[in-house]
Amino acid sequence: MKQSRRRIREGRYFYLFISPWLVGFIALALFPVLASFYYSFTEYDIIHAPQWIGLGNYRELFRDEQFWNSIRVTVKYTVVSVPLTLVLSLLLAILINQKWPLRGFFRTAVYFPSMISGVSMSLLWFWVFNPQAGLFNYVLSWFGIEPIHWLLDAKYAIWALVIMSFWGVGTGMLIFLAGLQGVPSHLLEAAKLDGAGPLRSFRNVTLPMISPVFLFQLIVGMIDSFQVFTQAYTITQGGPSYSTWFYVYNIYVNAFKNFRYGYASALAWLLLVAVMVVTFAIMKASNRYVYYEGGPSR
Amino acid sequence: MSELTTSAAACKPRRRGPKLSSVLGVAALLIVTVIMLSPLWFMVATALKTTKEMLRFPPTVIPEQFAWGNFKELFVNSEIKFGRQYMNSVIVAVFSVFGTVLSSSLVAFGFSRYRAKGSQVLFMLVLSTMMLPYPAIMIPQFLLFTKLGLHDSLLPLILPNFVGSAYMIFLLRQFFSTLPAELYDAGRIDGSGEFRLYWSLTLPLAGPVLATVAIFTFIWSWNDLLAPVLYLDSQENFTLPIGMAAMMSSKFRLAPWNLLMAASILASIPIILMFVVAQRRFVEGIVLTGMK
Repeated sequence: MKQSRRRIREGRYFYLFISPWLVGFIALALFPVLASFYYSFTEYDIIHAPQWIGLGNYRELFRDEQFWNSIRVTVKYTVVSVPLTLVLSLLLAILINQKWPLRGFFRTAVYFPSMISGVSMSLLWFWVFNPQAGLFNYVLSWFGIEPIHWLLDAKYAIWALVIMSFWGVGTGMLIFLAGLQGVPSHLLEAAKLDGAGPLRSFRNVTLPMISPVFLFQLIVGMIDSFQVFTQAYTITQGGPSYSTWFYVYNIYVNAFKNFRYGYASALAWLLLVAVMVVTFAIMKASNRYVYYEGGPSR
Repeated sequence: MSELTTSAAACKPRRRGPKLSSVLGVAALLIVTVIMLSPLWFMVATALKTTKEMLRFPPTVIPEQFAWGNFKELFVNSEIKFGRQYMNSVIVAVFSVFGTVLSSSLVAFGFSRYRAKGSQVLFMLVLSTMMLPYPAIMIPQFLLFTKLGLHDSLLPLILPNFVGSAYMIFLLRQFFSTLPAELYDAGRIDGSGEFRLYWSLTLPLAGPVLATVAIFTFIWSWNDLLAPVLYLDSQENFTLPIGMAAMMSSKFRLAPWNLLMAASILASIPIILMFVVAQRRFVEGIVLTGMK
């Protein structure tokens, strides 16, 4: 009797404390997800009421050259930028983790650029890649390379953005560094006693121990990179010749420039599905490679 | 602990000089450092150059005359409204931090201290919204706030922070769950109400985690471009990111790179300051959240 009254009281407090989230979840997550699903079957320009057109938007989307192009651009950027950034940040973390002089300085120096983020970073790199007076072409000129038009050239623009993304390796480096420092030293010493060289003990001890960190960064990196917007909006406006027409930029233009909220909702819904599928697929595939201390039950 | 091991290693007698691998490694890191820091140098140098000097090729490494006026120009030039936009960003960030810290800690407290029907399922829902990409839900959110008459105001950027953020709820719940139940039993025996247990017992113990939450909410809000682009129309309501992006375009015949770099520096200062003041919390936050 007393037990059950206590339980009711507990339940009341639970819902009282989480009520802000509950309200937010319903109004700002659940409702939008369902609403955009509904809008994706309508033609909607905000002035007139949504008009049901069935699968019309999805049919249009498959014929829409700009849709396929935005996927190509986003995938191209993701498959180059995310793995390379991961590997680079792991390499830097390994170097900085050694007992060499100046490690504190190197750690800060590599991380520091990551604090110049968002629009500031985009503006800076737009200027660095300036064909006439930018730093990048100046450095290339030391090696006798002719000025390249980088962000103003459809052939190079996306690669310029990839190069720019490497400047943010500091974040990943810090995360890997924390992971490396969490590798128990007795395991490394045991490997050494067993006669394993540094490469061997890295492959068989360090790498499995930090594989969850790797997985985490891979997923976060992919999800982030599916949503690139700032660079496209600030620097290139999707150009030149649609070569940086990222997926989210395509949603933005369709909804907020062309006022086609229905069509853009179909695009938005596909993004949601893509993020879920990719996350799930990576988790699934990684089961074999990721090692969790304490066994698979965790 | 780690200091102990390093000093123990240093005590070992060294027969040879530094190993070749360490010399090569430090050299590689020095090169990386130069590469990483040179765009920063370029940014600072450009911010201090006159328009004529900034366009010179090859670029001058140190400005011939320091054009400090560029920084002043940002605030004086009525076309730019930089000061106003800086204030807007500060307002949005401060309220976002306040809202997120308050609401996320309340919700996390609920999830960590009480068990109720459905509490497990609801927590799974919290976790699942961590993955929810903003672009996937922005259109209905936009229509909602527009219908509420909040278009072209800062409120749509601030209000969502008062319902908690999934990341932060998760982070705080993990921490709250480590606090021993005896602590709360003792509090109840002393006659504290449940809200008091949250406010005067839990929050004071959670200072460092709350600082981490605050820092990252600030950075998130400070750098956000997409939401301001959707909601803000008039230049005096712009936050910094959208204001700076707008500064790039049309107003000037020639992109004012020196002003843009000066603006970028000023826009980055709050983040750098937080790093300097609270480095440990800062690094911890990056490691825990994977946020940029």
